Amino acid sequence: MSRRLPLYKTSRVLYDRVTHEREVSAMDAHKLRRALRAAFPHTIPIMVSFLFLGMTYGLYARASGLGWQWATAMSALVFGGSLEFVAVSMLMAPFAPLQTFLLAFVIQARHLFYGLSLLDRYRGLGAKKPYMIWTLCDETFSINVSTDPPEGVDRGWFMFFISLLDQLYWITGATLGGLLGSMLPFDTAGLDFIMTAMFTVFLTEQLLKEKRHGPALIGAGAAVGCLVLLGADSFMIPAMAAITALLVLFRGPIERGLEE
Amino acid sequence: MTTLQMYMTVALCVLGTQLTRWLPFLLFSGRRTPPLVEYLGKALPGAVFTLLIVYCLRHTDVLGGSHGLPELIAMAAVVGLHLWKRKLLLSVAGGTILYMALVQLVF
Repeated sequence: MSRRLPLYKTSRVLYDRVTHEREVSAMDAHKLRRALRAAFPHTIPIMVSFLFLGMTYGLYARASGLGWQWATAMSALVFGGSLEFVAVSMLMAPFAPLQTFLLAFVIQARHLFYGLSLLDRYRGLGAKKPYMIWTLCDETFSINVSTDPPEGVDRGWFMFFISLLDQLYWITGATLGGLLGSMLPFDTAGLDFIMTAMFTVFLTEQLLKEKRHGPALIGAGAAVGCLVLLGADSFMIPAMAAITALLVLFRGPIERGLEE
Repeated sequence: MTTLQMYMTVALCVLGTQLTRWLPFLLFSGRRTPPLVEYLGKALPGAVFTLLIVYCLRHTDVLGGSHGLPELIAMAAVVGLHLWKRKLLLSVAGGTILYMALVQLVF
């Protein structure tokens, strides 16, 4: 490896390496800008939804007696809407460490699904990957699992910017909500429907794209069934277990459908 | 609750959350993914959106109140708008504004 070179050759090698690296870093900056520009439009609906929902969350935390720093910190570290709301009420209650941990795991368990679905797409992304796993959420997942960037845009950086922008929107919203207190000028009742609307669009797209709808039907059936049987507060984990079991049970036909 | 306990509560929320995010990658990233896991990775996203919609609507009272009518109407509007123009922002904004109008003014 360290074969000795004459001095003029060594300096030539060094010169080449330095100029090469300069070109590479210029190319990198260009690559980053392109990826950011390609990613941003996909996040606009999420920006609207996260800014408003984040503000709602900040207001709620503030009204419950927490400083705005708590809303900001939880948005950055937990970054999960439902749990952050629950966490506010847990912070106001007596300290219950085990319950806190289990509740957090249960409320967020759907991320296990997302991780499995993203194993391949997140492979080989280097230093970007830990951050992208840290900030994996419903919305980032639904874009990164389904959207390929246009030709010539780096896929890893595209997905990284989706993750980054989504988290920045949420942190900004929560912080604004915490700071603004209760000065919102209009009635926001019903605004939370924005989430339902978004998932409905993603489902519509998916139904248009695929030929057979086995997994979608299994998801709907298991979710509604468990909701009716077990109620709103405890149906998610059983529903996810039922979905996994049904997918395994009907693996043959579903796999053939996926390959078509 | 003392300030230290508050920090610990947040830390436990972070721990519980991050476990759900990291486990799949820690368990299956290093070696070849088993075929069953790979299949689930392909089939699950198709089931997740319906699950998430049910999750979003889990507090909708079908038997009382407005019987889930605002939700049903607004979702139909979202699908309709989307089949018509196929623009994400239009479908989402249109459906949400309609829903807000329905729950604030009609129901």
